[in-house]
Amino acid sequence: MAGKIAFELVSPERLLESSEADMVVVPGSEGDFGVLPGHVPLISTLRPGVIAIYDAGTVRQRIMVTGGFAEVSNDRLTVLVEEAMPLADVSVTQLEGKLRQAQEALAEATDPAARESAEKQVLMAQSLRRAYDFYATR
Amino acid sequence: MPSLKEYRLRIRSVRSTQKITKAMKMVAAAKLRRAQEQAQAARPYAERMERMLASLAANVRGMAGAPALLAGTGADKRQLVIVATSDRGLCGSFNSTIVREARRVIRGLLAEGKDVRVLCVGRKGRDQLRRDFAPLLAGTIDEVGRKRLTFADAIRVSDHVAQMFAAGEFDVATVVYNRFKSAISQIVTVQQLIPLPAPAEVEIKADGAKAVYEFEPSEEGILAELLPLNLRVQMFRALLENAASEQGARMTAMDNATRNAGDMINGLTQSYNRQRQAVITKELIEIISGADAL
Repeated sequence: MAGKIAFELVSPERLLESSEADMVVVPGSEGDFGVLPGHVPLISTLRPGVIAIYDAGTVRQRIMVTGGFAEVSNDRLTVLVEEAMPLADVSVTQLEGKLRQAQEALAEATDPAARESAEKQVLMAQSLRRAYDFYATR
Repeated sequence: MPSLKEYRLRIRSVRSTQKITKAMKMVAAAKLRRAQEQAQAARPYAERMERMLASLAANVRGMAGAPALLAGTGADKRQLVIVATSDRGLCGSFNSTIVREARRVIRGLLAEGKDVRVLCVGRKGRDQLRRDFAPLLAGTIDEVGRKRLTFADAIRVSDHVAQMFAAGEFDVATVVYNRFKSAISQIVTVQQLIPLPAPAEVEIKADGAKAVYEFEPSEEGILAELLPLNLRVQMFRALLENAASEQGARMTAMDNATRNAGDMINGLTQSYNRQRQAVITKELIEIISGADAL
């Protein structure tokens, strides 16, 4: 396996990370996928979860994202996210606060559009929580 | 002819105004720098998104059942004009130029027999447009980016627009804002948001290695998620440009005001001195002619 892939993590407000890595594992909406050099060009949506950056066989960094898009082309992986945070900085209370907030919003929502977006928020908070629990044990 | 005391008071008042405008200029300069940095930082995201959209849209456009955000509703009868201005004044012609352009656009659409509704972002635009187009106003969103413009602000605005679109309140949405060129020059821009105009130039530029992508889950699925997000990003970009323009315009306006105040103080000081001289001369003449009379 030769070469590295260029990895870019971008949020609407700024470029969060731009680095090289051996492999990056991305939580695609159809399942996680690892991106290595020579990956076929791909555009995928992301589900809320954790991006893992591998260097020399070990995980260099894990970043929690709330969803977004990944684009792979020419040994370059670009991930567009709305919110991202290194997993190490994420705390359970934070996630639970988010979940509670979303549930409250759902309880208060009256019209269908607000209900739908609140439901989405609850689902997102729940899956973030699950992802956190999953990685907390390893 | 004002008295000496009146001159003194006048000079003092102009001087304190000058201090205020000078301070405002400095504040605007600092805010401008921050706004520019923000606009710069937001660029990569918008660029990447544009590239993705271009390769997607090319495949999906023309297919039946393309998302409405891309293909439109098939009509252009009902138009929404989003006028992005600032909440505060004292920034030169910043708001008036936007409003003037907005008025032109609205009049043009009305003349074509379209139904026009106006959504104001920022208080100043609402205040000015209310006079002419009160019945067309569909709402105002203010307090956008009061301290610092965040993506959440853009979401607030664009979700409002998206909801109106989903409720079928309009067919075409256009945003009017000031694009930032430099501190002294801002360009009024009219940009169509819905349906998304064809990103033609991007496609031609896409270098020879234009990849044929695989899509997960499907092109339509991705597009359905990407388009609302793109709306937010476009709105964010417009608001960022506007924020930078506002501060730039304010800086220039306040710089002019400071300079004007300086000129005014000079003029007043000169008049004051002349007046003082005249008073002294007059007193001397009075003393001398008094002595002569003896």
